[in-house]
This record gives sequence, structure tokens and C-alpha cells, in this order.
Amino acid sequence: MNAEVAKVAMIKTAAETALTRTYTQARDQLPGDDAIAAQRAAAFDVFAREGLPHRRIEDWKYTDLRALMRDAKPLAGPPDAAAKACAKTAGAMLGDVETRRLVFVDGAFVPELSDTANLERGLTVRSLADALTAGDAALAGHLGKLAPADDVAVALNTALMGDGAVIRIAANSTIERPLHLVFVSSGKPAATFMRSLVVVEPGARAMLIESHEGPAGGDYQVNAAVELFVGDGAHMDHVKVIGEGADALHVSTLAAAIGARSRFNAFTFTAGGAVVRNQLFLRFDGEDTVAGVRGATLIKGAQHADTTLVASHIARGCQSREMFKTVLDGEAHGVFQGRIIVRPGAQKTDAKMMTQALLLSERAEADNKPELEIYADDVQCGHGATAGALDDDLKFYLMARGIPAHEAEALLIRAFLGEAIEGIEHAGLREALMDAATAWLAARGGEAAHA
Amino acid sequence: MPLLEIKNLHVEIDGKPILKGLDLTVNAGEVHAIMGPNGSGKSTLAYVLAGKDDYTVTDGEVLFNNRNIFDMAPDERAAAGLFLAFQYPLEIPGVATMTFLRTALNAQRKKRGEAELSTPEFLKKVREVAGRLSIEQEMLRRAVNVGFSGGEKKRNEVLQMALLEPRLAVLDETDSGLDIDALKIVADGVNHLRASSRAFVVITHYQRLLDYIVPDIVHVLSRGRIVKTGGKELALELEARGYAEYQEEAAA
Repeated sequence: MNAEVAKVAMIKTAAETALTRTYTQARDQLPGDDAIAAQRAAAFDVFAREGLPHRRIEDWKYTDLRALMRDAKPLAGPPDAAAKACAKTAGAMLGDVETRRLVFVDGAFVPELSDTANLERGLTVRSLADALTAGDAALAGHLGKLAPADDVAVALNTALMGDGAVIRIAANSTIERPLHLVFVSSGKPAATFMRSLVVVEPGARAMLIESHEGPAGGDYQVNAAVELFVGDGAHMDHVKVIGEGADALHVSTLAAAIGARSRFNAFTFTAGGAVVRNQLFLRFDGEDTVAGVRGATLIKGAQHADTTLVASHIARGCQSREMFKTVLDGEAHGVFQGRIIVRPGAQKTDAKMMTQALLLSERAEADNKPELEIYADDVQCGHGATAGALDDDLKFYLMARGIPAHEAEALLIRAFLGEAIEGIEHAGLREALMDAATAWLAARGGEAAHA
Repeated sequence: MPLLEIKNLHVEIDGKPILKGLDLTVNAGEVHAIMGPNGSGKSTLAYVLAGKDDYTVTDGEVLFNNRNIFDMAPDERAAAGLFLAFQYPLEIPGVATMTFLRTALNAQRKKRGEAELSTPEFLKKVREVAGRLSIEQEMLRRAVNVGFSGGEKKRNEVLQMALLEPRLAVLDETDSGLDIDALKIVADGVNHLRASSRAFVVITHYQRLLDYIVPDIVHVLSRGRIVKTGGKELALELEARGYAEYQEEAAA
């Protein structure tokens, strides 16, 4: 068995060969000083040793990247005017939520499309490329400190990171306007590796939104990672909207460390992309923090979307609520892997995880893998997982009141998703994502009617 | 022309015959009561009329307003004016009662080619009906039937009926699980809707409900067929003597 694994790993796929070539050719041009170059090299070694993750690696069991990634695209070049024009309508899924937009097109920061004027007091923003080139004290202390170095997706991100946002929110400042990282792909067959660093100092309050979009038919690849440091007594919300084009490959990671007596909310809305892997690595480092980690995924056709969450309770007395809802149609494949780890020092942890899949078609598949790893003896932890079809009796009740079948289904699906979406504190964003879900359902109804 | 005409209806569930040649004619303005022992097919009749698809119709026909209802989906039957008050109203977590009421009302209006109600018109209508049924505004803000008591669920059914203004309302054991006060409220709600253009089929096991919703015609349903039809005095007779003799008759 071991010999077999070793043999498989030795044969490089086209994508693995291409990634090696990309790194070898690009490493001298990638931004950063010698220390950064060494960090890139060490990360690349992880990839060189492991190869792309495949189904025999437990954490990637349901998302065999080796099989799903037929090739690796070359690094995206600087965006031209046409590419930048793609950014105009980006972020429409957020409705009329007013945000401070920081726009990245094909993996590069575009200052002229971004809103960097009149920054609120306490807010510092710069691009990663700029920080890497000019040097930034924040990098040494933070870059690579949270994202797990042995995760191959993270390793590739570290090796090839080109740009991203470096954001600092000073202690006790409240940033009212949500910060919005608008990641747009022009659809060229290219790969982007974006890395962002967000440091929220003690007592600060802010919201960070990431949206990832690209045109349908664009055969592009995105690897985006955010490292988020939340200080004691801070209140931080993170929302990610994955609306990639139908042929895109999207791998993204949120690695966060949360301090004591904080409030932290994370939400991921996934509707786009051919293959999506959304990773959350959360660490509750300080006592008595309250966290909500939620997500809604709506996929159809041959889409594959994987949410993998590791929530580590390190300090005592933290409460975390995890809730992930997936709606699947067609031949879509949804994956949820959620692991709650309670370290020996994390007594009085209160953690509850729920994952639910709603299958609208016979051919859709949902894999739910909730896990609890508990090393403390005075905790309250639980998890639940369900997968099933719409309730026919409820549908009949609605139809018996005159509501047509597709509308009845939409009402029930919205109710199903609503339980997760209602966890978003920002009312405008909550409505916008509910509207996005409604639009997805309306499109589905239209397709069903034509079928 | 009768509003509802059921001719020789045969219905099976999982291959087991439940209704075995049921005939029933209901005219506008009439209130019919269908009484019968447990397992006689009362609820099956209600569900088949509303269009639940767990049942197989093996013979017979049902005309509603001269249209074959088996050609119509449940929502089309509702829009055509057929209403079923459920014996066990369902809880729908996550769907607000007001959203539900409004979606239903507007879907029916749309199907009939009528304009949707504006928000103020809709709210006015709901408030008026809710008041009559002693339904608190707070109840309307909750998810459909979630956390409602048995009586509240039944009142919510009557609320829906009053808003949707059907031509024919089928009440499936609306009295079950109600105390006498709740029963009176529900009956008042129903009586308020009695009209020359509208008909009711009240399905019940007990005569008690018929003290408050007084029927024009009473039928006895036993083993899948109507075995006796009479006036309202038939209900009293059944209450005194039970169903035993009809069960024997039907078996013979």
C-alpha cells in the first residue's frame, strides 16, 4: 500500500509539471526580499514533496485536486484595459451594500478602480505587491503565521503569491463601511495567486468582504488566501462570496486567529465555479470569544464545491456555532468537512456544528463529514448532519394554497438557506445574499420549465 | 349546475382500495357534512380532492365547476376555488406566515388573471380577518404554524380560507383537538363565510361541530362509500346510536 502511494506520487501530472515550471520561471521576478524568497522556496518544497492533493489524503478525499485539475494555467499577466473593464459590474451580488472597494483584476491590485481616498482614522491599506517590494514590518510578524504550511493549496499560494491586500485596523477604531476585496478574473486562461493579510488590533471593529468573480466560459484558476488576526475585544465579520464563472477552478483559504472576548463571524456564499474548495482554519486563541461560522452553497450542473473547516478551540470559554447549508441540483457534488478541535486548555468550550444538504435531483451528491476532536473534559460540543430531498408534504401544503410547484420549492429552499443567512449581522448584506439565492432559484425554475 | 360532482370514485393507496364507488353532488350555497367511523375514507376523500399524489384514482370522475379536477395540479385546483382545511396543518419553519399568505393569495389572483393586491390592501384584509378569528398580530409574524397550539393552527386554516375566498371549502376534521371555545371561534369563522355562491363539505367524526356549523345535508361514509344521506337530524341519530349498523350494511 505504501509502496503504491509512493509510486503514484512519483508520476507527475501535467498540472504538477506545469506548476513546477511556473515557479521555476517566475521565482526571480516574484516580489519580496531574500527572506520572502526563502519562504516561497520552503513552501514550494512542500508542493514538490507532496504533489497535488488527491483522494488518498484524508483532508482532500472528496476533492481530488490531482484528478480535477487537468492542467495548471500560466501566471496571469498584468491586466489590460479590457480586463479592467470587467471589474465595473463586479460585486453586483452584494446589492446596494455600500463598501470600500479594493479591486484586483487578474490577481493584480488596480488603484484607479479602488477606493483608497479618505480612509477612516485607524485604517491602513496597501497592496501586498507594494508591501513585498517596498518592505513592510507587518509582513515579517504575520505572513505565513496562520495559514497551515503543510496544506498544499496554501503552500502553492505562498510560493506564487503575487498581490493581495495588506490591511491594518488600529486598536479601538470602528470602520463603519465594510472593506470589500473585489477579486475579478477577465476570463483569460491564467492562474492567480493572491494573498492578503488583515490585522485587526484589540478593540477594533470592522467587516471584510471578499468577492470572487469571473465570466462564464473563462477557463481560469484562482488560489486566494487571507490571513486574519483578530485582537482581544475586537468585533470582526468576514464574508466571502464565490461567484466564479462556470468553468473556473477556485481554491481559497481563510486562516484566522481570534483573541479573547471577541466577536467573530464568518460567512461563505458559494454559487459559482466548476470546482471550488473553500478552506477555513480558525483558531480561538483567547478566552470567552463568541463566534458564528456559517455558509450557504447553491450548485447545479456538474459543479463541485467543497467547504473544509477546522475550528480549533485553544483557550477556555469560547462559544462557536457552525452552520453550513448546501442546495444541490443536477449532478452537482457538495462536500462539507468540518472538524472542531478542543485543546486540553479549552475547558467550558461550547461548540455546535450543523451541516445540511438539500438534494433537488436524484443525481446530486452530498458528502458531509463532521468531526469532533475533544481533549478537554468540561465542554459542550455537538454536531449534526442531514441530507435529504424537499419535504413533499410541505410542498403539497403550499400548492394546496395555490402556490405553483416551482414557487413552493423556492419558498422552502429559501427557508432552508435562511437559517444560515440570517446569521449575518449586516442587514443589507443579508438581504443581498437572500436575493442572490432567489435569483439562483429563479434561474433554476426557468431551466426546469424548459426541460 | 352542481359545484362539485363526484361519480363512482374509486381510490387506492399502495394497492389497497379506500374509496369504492363514492358518489356525491354539492351545489353552491349548501353545507354538506360527511360523517363516518375511523378508516372509512374521509381523509382520503379530502386529500384526493385537493390533489395529494399518494393516492391512485382507479375509476370514476370528479368535476369541479364542470372541470375534471384530475387534469389540474393542486395549485390550479386552489386557484379555481377549491380549499382544503387540513386535519393536521403543517409547520413550515423559515417561512413567515405573512409571506405565505401573501404568496398564496397573489399566486391565485395571478392565475385567475387578477391584479396582485397592494401591500396596504393585503394588510387591511389580513387584519380584518385575523381580528374576527382572534388571531394576534404576533402570531402572524411567526413562521407558518411553528410553535402554534392545535387551536391556533386550526384558526390559521380558517384565516387562510377567509383570505382566499374559495368556492368550495373542504374541512377535514377541523374540530379535532379543539376545546369548546376554540371550536366556537372556528365555527363562527366558517359561518361568516357562508354564502349562496359558496359550498362547504365538513368532514367530521363527531356531531359536536355540527351544532355550530349547521349542515343542510348529512352523509354517512362507511368502507369507502356513502351509505346514507339525510338532513341535519341524521347527525343526532348517529351521535345516539353510533356507526355500527352502517359498518355492517357496508360490509354486506
